[in-house]
Amino acid sequence: MCWRIRATLFLLASPPGDVPQAIYLRMLRVYTMQTQQVTPFHIRRLILEQSRRAHVGHIGSALSIADITAALYGGILRIDHPDDAERDRFVLSKGHAVLAVYAALYLKGWLSQQQLDTFCGDDTLLGVHPEHQLCGIDFSTGSLGQGLCVGVGSALAARLQGAARRVFVLVSDAECNEGALWEAVMFAAHNRLANLVVIVDQNGQQALDYTQNVLDLSPLAERWRAFGWHACDVDGHDVAALERTLAGLDTTSGPPHVLIAHTVFGYNVSYMRNQIKWHYWPMSDEEYQQALRDIGTDA
Amino acid sequence: MRNTFFQTLAELAAQDERLLLLTGDLGYLAIDPFTTAFPDRFFNVGVAEQNMIGVATGLAEAGFLPFTYSIVPFAALRPYEFIRNGPVVHRLPVRIVGVGGGFEYGHNGITHYGLEDVGALRLQPELLVVAPADAAQTRSALLATWDWPGPVYYRLGKDDRMRIPGLEGRFEVGRVQVVRQGSDLLLVAMGSVTSEVTTAAERLAAQGIACGVAVVACFNPDARDDLAALLERVPLVITVENHYISGGVGSLVAEVIAERGLRCRLVRRGVSTLSDGRSGSQSYMHQQHGISSAALVECAVQQLQGQADA
Repeated sequence: MCWRIRATLFLLASPPGDVPQAIYLRMLRVYTMQTQQVTPFHIRRLILEQSRRAHVGHIGSALSIADITAALYGGILRIDHPDDAERDRFVLSKGHAVLAVYAALYLKGWLSQQQLDTFCGDDTLLGVHPEHQLCGIDFSTGSLGQGLCVGVGSALAARLQGAARRVFVLVSDAECNEGALWEAVMFAAHNRLANLVVIVDQNGQQALDYTQNVLDLSPLAERWRAFGWHACDVDGHDVAALERTLAGLDTTSGPPHVLIAHTVFGYNVSYMRNQIKWHYWPMSDEEYQQALRDIGTDA
Repeated sequence: MRNTFFQTLAELAAQDERLLLLTGDLGYLAIDPFTTAFPDRFFNVGVAEQNMIGVATGLAEAGFLPFTYSIVPFAALRPYEFIRNGPVVHRLPVRIVGVGGGFEYGHNGITHYGLEDVGALRLQPELLVVAPADAAQTRSALLATWDWPGPVYYRLGKDDRMRIPGLEGRFEVGRVQVVRQGSDLLLVAMGSVTSEVTTAAERLAAQGIACGVAVVACFNPDARDDLAALLERVPLVITVENHYISGGVGSLVAEVIAERGLRCRLVRRGVSTLSDGRSGSQSYMHQQHGISSAALVECAVQQLQGQADA
């Protein structure tokens, strides 16, 4: 019997309470499937684990896009392999939330546990912001407001080449402060780039304050609509609604599309919800254990 | 240089359908050789230079060779961070074209002058910077670099008629082009102001001063080996640029002298003061900033005299 099966049987036989829960699940995952279901629960679990291990922040930002990321990598993005030239492109313009994407890449089997465990270590490609040199990341981002411009170019390229690929760009509501983003918005609408889909993670927060106190852009969907986009609002924590909406878009002709995804910053960790501090702060041991309890189990 | 550039670009585009042209709503008549021949490969992105570079980045990732165009400060400075995080960081073949290096836009004033572009962009690793001295060199430079694997910045002038004597359109990445021999001093020039330098060299020759003149037309890679070989043979070098004196060819020569422990003395001529709001023709502005041929002659004579007195 191979060592993996022996180890798995041992762990399954051990009551979880005898082994710290996080370690139990981590070992179970290591020893079982290489590709797993891309679910919000698994993404959240990995966000919390890796944030704790690396003792870093941006946790709330990553948690708020866990469902959106699950919807994208769970079936919306047409990616046979990350190196396929005809794959859909995905630009995480809100680069500081990349831990959610690393989690998805791991769950898809395109990133190993070993690689994931280098997050925020030395000599790693898995830093706080995505780097294009990492297989599975299309573009390096991190400077807010730039990703959509690049995504627009990518969508234009697909049209010029007569290709079926689409481009998805995930921006934060705070990024809508950046003028360059609106340059891209105007260009995409004027050129009717239907193969471009933007998702705005509208969690109502930015680095120093709530968005309505900094630059109040509500109603956000109306603003995009005024620029010539097809805009709709969606519950950013309802994977089925996200998938349904994304799958129903006409990406062959017409205007570009934006989903204003209404999310809760730090969802669904009780003490992180809508708290500015959790843009920055790493978790203590106690906070980590509470967070694990808050996100529950994979229902 | 600009008309020559776009005529050459149109020739290249006829051979390679990857070439695209984006403009930030500038280039009236100048870009016509390309836009009339290839209207489907031309995009006026509007007065939106940051997005222009971002779009070019996305296009380049998909296999295109996009050329972006605007006036130097708008082409290079407004979207600088997009250039850095886009084609530079991604090592993508975006070609950033700026017209109006130096005081080419004369009466338009400081907002339209290109005085810091070479210095600023030269800082970026693996961003090839090309600053031709005349139209013939512009054509050669474009033919040599249009399919460069990484990003390129082209700094163009507007004059298509002026020819630098002795240059004969030569260009090679990483090399200088020597256009005049002389052992009393070396004049190292960058850009369209090279015409002031060669005129100055002729006048100095008439006074019995033998100047060498070398043209620096590229950075990253730069011609430091060629420069070192030239600098070893002269007691004095005067660098001349229609650019701030920090960051461009003057700084390059300073780096070479310092790093290689050369004994050649350096005088940097270029723009060293902030605009006081006054503008004029390009030749007037050259006079004001001491980079006209007359000013350079005076400078050379004084420096040599000073050297002799020392």
